[in-house]
Amino acid sequence: MPAEFWYGVEVLLNGLMAGVMYSLVALGFVLIFKASGIFNYAQGVMALFAAQTLVGIQTGQIPFAHIINVVLGTDVHHFGWHVPALLGLVLALVVMIVFAILVEKLVLKHLVNQEPIILFMATIGLAYFMEGFGELMWGADVKRIEIGLPQGGNAWVEENTAFLGGEDFYGFYLDTLDIVATLIAVALVTSLVLFSQYTKTGRALRAVADDHQAALSVGISLRTIWVIVWSIAGFVALVAGVMWGAKSGVQFSLSLIALKALPVLMLGGFTSIPGAIIGGLIIGVGEKMFEFLIGAPFLGGATENWFAYMLALIFLIFRPQGLFGEKIIERV
Amino acid sequence: MIYREVGDFKTTYRADGQTFPIWFDRIRYYVVLLIAFCVVPFIINDYWLNAVLLPFLIYAIAAIGLNILTGYCGQVSLGTGGFMAVGAYSCYKLMTGFPDLNIMFCVLLSGVITALVGMLFGLPSLRIKGFYLAVATLAAQFFLVWLFNKVAWFYNYSASGQITAPERTIFGYRITGAETSAPVTYLFCLVLVVILAIVARNLTRGHLGRSWMAIRDMDIAAEIIGVNPLKAKLTAFGISSFYIGVAGALLFAVYLGAVEVGEVFGIQKSFLVLFMIIIGGLGSIFGSFAGAAFMVLLPVLLKNVLVGTLGWPTDIATHLEFAIVGALIIVFLILEPHGLAQLWRIIKEKLRLWPFPH
Repeated sequence: MPAEFWYGVEVLLNGLMAGVMYSLVALGFVLIFKASGIFNYAQGVMALFAAQTLVGIQTGQIPFAHIINVVLGTDVHHFGWHVPALLGLVLALVVMIVFAILVEKLVLKHLVNQEPIILFMATIGLAYFMEGFGELMWGADVKRIEIGLPQGGNAWVEENTAFLGGEDFYGFYLDTLDIVATLIAVALVTSLVLFSQYTKTGRALRAVADDHQAALSVGISLRTIWVIVWSIAGFVALVAGVMWGAKSGVQFSLSLIALKALPVLMLGGFTSIPGAIIGGLIIGVGEKMFEFLIGAPFLGGATENWFAYMLALIFLIFRPQGLFGEKIIERV
Repeated sequence: MIYREVGDFKTTYRADGQTFPIWFDRIRYYVVLLIAFCVVPFIINDYWLNAVLLPFLIYAIAAIGLNILTGYCGQVSLGTGGFMAVGAYSCYKLMTGFPDLNIMFCVLLSGVITALVGMLFGLPSLRIKGFYLAVATLAAQFFLVWLFNKVAWFYNYSASGQITAPERTIFGYRITGAETSAPVTYLFCLVLVVILAIVARNLTRGHLGRSWMAIRDMDIAAEIIGVNPLKAKLTAFGISSFYIGVAGALLFAVYLGAVEVGEVFGIQKSFLVLFMIIIGGLGSIFGSFAGAAFMVLLPVLLKNVLVGTLGWPTDIATHLEFAIVGALIIVFLILEPHGLAQLWRIIKEKLRLWPFPH
């Protein structure tokens, strides 16, 4: 096998890893969409906010330090303590749950029975609000996440695959972080599936996803379910935020991964968890391979920006409900 | 007292079908036009022009465009930034390719080009709907911005990758380029805004507008009663893109002068215009103006209060602005899903009964 072929395989593997990262974000969308029919545009910003909160708690930042300083003329920025990673994660999760409760109380409750598109726009508003709020609270500088996640290329994989490609080939370069992310994603999806299959709350969630009114009539509280779902989505956002944040730093561009997750959802269908995973993998592999084979040699590169959308667009023309989505039936 | 249909008898069909059937509305409309054309140009200065009036006029055109597509035809689009970029770049290519062509025609032609591009990206709307379509229009947004970044022909192989508007005049007055005078550029944009708004208003009152609204309210039902969805959706995409393209061309040529595509026509611009029509009111021409005015004035106001008066740093003001805009969107959607235009309608209803409400 020539070295080019093995480089291609390496691109493929990296694409799969990137796809897992996309799936992580897409998962949060699917959870909320299934349970409440809301397309939550704010999922990406939630990931950003969760990561910011984690870093803020860990390093003992004082929330709203900037505003406090400006208004009161003080000069405070840190409490001066350092919270261990695990405790930090738990506290960040608590913040996300509080956030979920607030969203339900302040926003969703008032928008019941509105058209889906109105709800979608409300989540865009929510995204804007959280973006500004998060940066007011924790500052807008690029932060690093330090919870002991490994960085850099994986030497073991590199050494043990070097023999494949002959003289010019030095083994697959894979980020250790990506490998960890893949493992975590697998664990997350498995636990979510188990949760929704075997616990009482999980069943309630599925019932609500199936039919709101029927679920209400057997005594399931919609509002509690919404809080739970948004909390779980907050948890997924935290995981995604930590992973992406460890990869590229906690900064504004993190919120744009929501946009990357959209074509994933379109491919996989808005209502399917396996769809989100497989869609993510297809998009991840597709855009890396396209860039490798066609984009970089012929089109001047950076095709990753739009390839996913075009793929999804063309795909949708032939199958409007996505790969695994439920068939769209419309009645007059 | 003064705002009544009662006693205002119409004797011709023409009079009966006019845009403003109540004479008070008509007078108000003419007074606004009179002030805009005859008073404002004499008192305008550069700060007001660049901070408030020009962005307001230009975004009003874009908002009318998006409102035609989203508010009247019900097709949510997140590709506004990309289509504005098409307008800007075709205006640039026309201006540099045909130096003798009048700037007015450049702007209108770039609108036509954008309309064609918009119809191309509107084709999927025949198959996909709702969220799926909204995401599909994101494809247009990212692809177009990438295209204008990568293909050097679009920016005439300039080293910086920017496009810069050359100097053009109408009747000897400079419209684009350096050293334009405030009243002239203002009037240039105002003329376009007024004409386009009148056309849009009448389009939405006519056959085409009704078929759009039928599609919006329920596309299958509309099809059954004989509305051609292909025609309705594609005309909505085309006309909407025409407006957005004109706005993009004006934004580039008249307002900014020099443009870098990713910075000016990114996804944020799509959301900005979308917010304008949500806050202003979906499916209302007046709402497009109100929304544009609101979204243009809010940052200026916040900046003046926070940075100018309180002396806060600009970055905090920017973050606060984000939070406030986001919160306002939610508040608007909860309290008044139909936007500022609905408030205006309610005021008019109250005026009809005033001063004897019973």
